[in-house]
Amino acid sequence: MKNLTWVGLIAIIFGTACKFNTGDKTVLPIYGNRRPVTKMVNDKPVTDTLYQTISKFKTINQYGDSISNKSLDGDIYIADFFFTTCPSICPVMHRNMLNVYNAFKSRGDIRIISYTIDPKHDSVPVLKKYADKLGVSGNTWWFLQGKKDDIYKLSESYLVRKPQEDAKQQFIHDGSFILVDKQKRIRGAYDGTDPKQVEQMIADIKTLQNEPDQIIAQ
Amino acid sequence: MKLKITGAISAVIILFIASCQSEESIEFRRYYSSGALVYQTHCQNCHGINGEGLSALIPPLTDSIYLKNNKTALACYIKLGLNRPITIKGRTFDDAMPAAELSPVEIARVLTYIGNSFGNKLNTINEQAVQADLAKCE
Ligand code: HEC
Repeated sequence: MKNLTWVGLIAIIFGTACKFNTGDKTVLPIYGNRRPVTKMVNDKPVTDTLYQTISKFKTINQYGDSISNKSLDGDIYIADFFFTTCPSICPVMHRNMLNVYNAFKSRGDIRIISYTIDPKHDSVPVLKKYADKLGVSGNTWWFLQGKKDDIYKLSESYLVRKPQEDAKQQFIHDGSFILVDKQKRIRGAYDGTDPKQVEQMIADIKTLQNEPDQIIAQ
Repeated sequence: MKLKITGAISAVIILFIASCQSEESIEFRRYYSSGALVYQTHCQNCHGINGEGLSALIPPLTDSIYLKNNKTALACYIKLGLNRPITIKGRTFDDAMPAAELSPVEIARVLTYIGNSFGNKLNTINEQAVQADLAKCE
């Protein structure tokens, strides 16, 4: 009997040790265009891959602080496009995003950014009020106002459908959540209106957080 | 003889009540199940699958007392939209609900649905009732 207990214990120890060693093997894909670049390292040509990254941008958040692409250097983040008076998909997206926010806010190791596609209406005070009512505080989730043309252009670099204004002057846009890694490469795209996909995104964020840091390709 | 007649009368009455009730419940079931579809396509994005609302932006549909007290005004809220501060479950909401493009019978269906889901019990709100309520919109 005693022997059996020992065998069991040893098996458990081995089991966990094994898991520790292999870690989580899944690696998230890298989306977007890529091209090979050759550079000289120690006088030898080395071929590297240059991945598509998120373009530069300049915006203001709900607190009135200037936020640019630099503000996100070294961060894993999620981006989406919305507007505060959106009657269709935005409430669903942000109900789901609230789950992501709640999962990570206390750890503070990811950021969420929501670009408004209606900057004319969504001023800094409007965005602040929206954040307050949603129950969002601190710096985990930023609501960003920029120049409309810039934001529409920027949406292309996130590979989402470019927002359009339809006949009713209502904005139609893509409900995607885009997962961006520390090197500003796109690592996931999820339907923000689907709770199951958003759950998958939460799992993928954890996978990405466990990925060893790589040298940033210049 | 007397007994037989009373028996027959009570049987008829019972039959009447029974058929009445089942007709009522058939009407209810029809309104309720088609109302669920109206809810999914026109309301659920904002008010949520369980009528839970969204933080302080969109009120939940779980305040049975509010719904009961405003029963005859609900059709107008749906038809014309709502944009004034209201208190739901002790919390104030002041964002706008847009007008819904729904026919009176669709409004009746969706009101029957929300009125009898999420812990509410308003029974059937039929098309005639909605027509009457809509005639009195402010
Ligand atoms: C664009 C988001 C949105 C949609 C779509 C929407 N609502 Fe609302 N609803 C609101 C908001 C916001 C309020 C609060 C309005 C106010 O404070 O004046 C509200 C208020 C209400 C109320 C009264 C308050 C309460 O919580 O009981 C009812 C009833 C209601 N909605 C039912 C519906 C029904 C039924 C539909 C579908 C036909 C619908 N709503 C669609 C956003 C929405």
